[in-house]
Amino acid sequence: MNPIRWLGAFLIAALVALAAPAAQAKTEVVWWHAHGGALGERVDAMVAKFNQSQSEYEVKAVYKGSYAETMTAGIAAFRAGQPPAILQVFEVGTATMMAAKGAIYPVYQLMADTGEPFDPNAYLAAVTGYYTDTEGHMLSMPFNSSTPVLWYNKDMFRKAGLNPDKPPRTWPELERDAKKLMASGGAKCGFTTAWPSWVNIENFSAWHNIPLASEQNGFGGLDARMEIANPTLEHHIAALARWQQSKIFDYGGRTNKGDSKFTTGECAMLTESSAGYARVSKESKFEFGVGMLPYWPDVKGAPQNTIIGGASLWVLRGQSPEVYKGVAKFFTYLSSAEVMAEWHQGTGYLPITLSAYKLSEEQGFYKSHPGADISIKQMTLHKPTANSKGLRLGNYPQIRVVHYEELEAALAGKISAKVAVERMQKRDNELLEQFQKANE
Amino acid sequence: MQKRSLFTNKLLPYLLVAPQITITIVFFFWPASVAMYQSMESQNPFGLQSRFVWFDNFVDLFKSPNYLQSFWVTAVFSAAVAIFSLLIGLYLAVQADRVVRWGVVYNTLLIWPYAVASAVAGVLWLFLFNPTLGVLAYGLRQMGVDWNYLLDGNQALGLVTMIATWHRIPYNFLFFLAGLQSIPRGLVEAASIDGAGLFRRFWDIVFPLLMPTTFFLIVVDMVYAFFDTFAIIHQVTQGGPAGATNILVYKVYADGFLGMNIGSSAAQSVVLMVIVIGLTVIQFRYIERKVHY
Repeated sequence: MNPIRWLGAFLIAALVALAAPAAQAKTEVVWWHAHGGALGERVDAMVAKFNQSQSEYEVKAVYKGSYAETMTAGIAAFRAGQPPAILQVFEVGTATMMAAKGAIYPVYQLMADTGEPFDPNAYLAAVTGYYTDTEGHMLSMPFNSSTPVLWYNKDMFRKAGLNPDKPPRTWPELERDAKKLMASGGAKCGFTTAWPSWVNIENFSAWHNIPLASEQNGFGGLDARMEIANPTLEHHIAALARWQQSKIFDYGGRTNKGDSKFTTGECAMLTESSAGYARVSKESKFEFGVGMLPYWPDVKGAPQNTIIGGASLWVLRGQSPEVYKGVAKFFTYLSSAEVMAEWHQGTGYLPITLSAYKLSEEQGFYKSHPGADISIKQMTLHKPTANSKGLRLGNYPQIRVVHYEELEAALAGKISAKVAVERMQKRDNELLEQFQKANE
Repeated sequence: MQKRSLFTNKLLPYLLVAPQITITIVFFFWPASVAMYQSMESQNPFGLQSRFVWFDNFVDLFKSPNYLQSFWVTAVFSAAVAIFSLLIGLYLAVQADRVVRWGVVYNTLLIWPYAVASAVAGVLWLFLFNPTLGVLAYGLRQMGVDWNYLLDGNQALGLVTMIATWHRIPYNFLFFLAGLQSIPRGLVEAASIDGAGLFRRFWDIVFPLLMPTTFFLIVVDMVYAFFDTFAIIHQVTQGGPAGATNILVYKVYADGFLGMNIGSSAAQSVVLMVIVIGLTVIQFRYIERKVHY
């Protein structure tokens, strides 16, 4: 350990601490988020507008890295007694946040305490259901929600003699198209995926109306256990592994690393969040289209509806009432139709409120941007069942890593799809048991 | 000869070492003892609830095939990094030692990578080897290699080993060069006069005299591969694919900071601490005895 470095850090920290109060006339509301790049710029613009719109509060949006890093940083800060007022947490961290009763300030309560008008019914039910407790109270503020869709390269479709307005609807159709795209469309690989577990396991289960876990995917209680060692999922993973061999599918890595395989024109198709819009439109030099997520036509009940991903805003305890007033005002601002519609149209995230959806419709956004409403249609295709409401499972960030690991082993041909799903189930359940033990 | 300083003031020596002791206590003993305590707890991420579970976390660890896999990966990785960086460092040092002109320039250039932070080293190599965007990855593909370290565990382990080795060579080079330069010329010249060739001189004179340096470097390189390669792993593979590069220290981070399983993470860091203490003991024993032939 280098003492000089520590000394330097202390000095800088001291200087910052001394300099800060001078600028602090307004009440500061700190928001830690996980949006870098193009999305980060949109967040900054959104916050700047709020700060200009009134003079009492100053929201400070701080980019903290990936979703997992942001959540960890927030929890570490809470343990150290220095939490931010607002923490953005990805949807799989929801169960962990809900279990932390002493650390969170539920949004419905915050709005009531600060006297801020708040109507939970103004939000899309498919979204709020994820963040609502069993008594129907909204615990966190939905912010950026999305659902996975199929992105495809229209230029390559044309080159391969395929109809650029007809993306494949099912996996067999996709296989057929991919072969053509690779034979004559100039694609090195048929398709790739971002968020391998979210798309190919969680959403796959909801889309095919099969359970991911018992207890309604965990909504029913902490004793939920995984049910993913099923033939439908096994069949899908086996297909991916088979396609990996011939490059009909090419694995592009964890999280959203696979994006670049599509935007650089290596793969002709991509299964990625609807919110991939900001990145795809910025980075790709070709005409792209959006289709619904493919399904296996031989599975009864498919397609059902897909579930959301993305993140919501949690309010952490440990701030003054003044700060919480600012948080409430900021949430009202975020939920307003204009702000939400602009966010939705610019990023591809779902409009969280019905009014934002209607406003986008009135503005003619869906007419001028065909495919932009695919995500909404896909999420609301049928009335959600117990299998397609979402999931509420503890230790899920770790479970995701388990899925990545076993999926990678199966795709590399080291284990069969059957062994992969069995191992996932076993390892996931160990994590669920741990979570239950730690929170009961 | 014995070295001994005499202090007349009884307090002064304590005062002089106090800053170092304070830093050691605050930044080492205290966190280490907290880790030992937490390793026997089952904790909720926010620290709102915790239970004392004795050695449950350790039992779970050693029952887990993934932890044992991580041990194996760490052993292969650190042995490979230590061996390759020692051999290449030694080779370069021997060559540089013989250079008469421009020696300083060569030395400086060879030491350069040491100034690069691990994280930056990781990113640099990532630019070269990223399966989609990397320049060298493109070349590999042209040559018919199915290069995708995101899926092929051996490629991933090979890549991080190469980066860590590259990053470590300058350190070994520096120590070997210093070691070589401290070998009395007379010994080498005497061997020459006796008719020993280049290889003979190296093997019988130079190499044995370098043994203390080599032993020191083996231990220090192992410790480097165990801990300081974290940033490289984090930038390049995140422990994947399928745990192929999930070295122990990365697993501590992944389970503790991403998984928020503080008990297990603390237990893992206690295991790591034991390993490092073991390595340090070995090092001191050898260094103290001054390996000589």
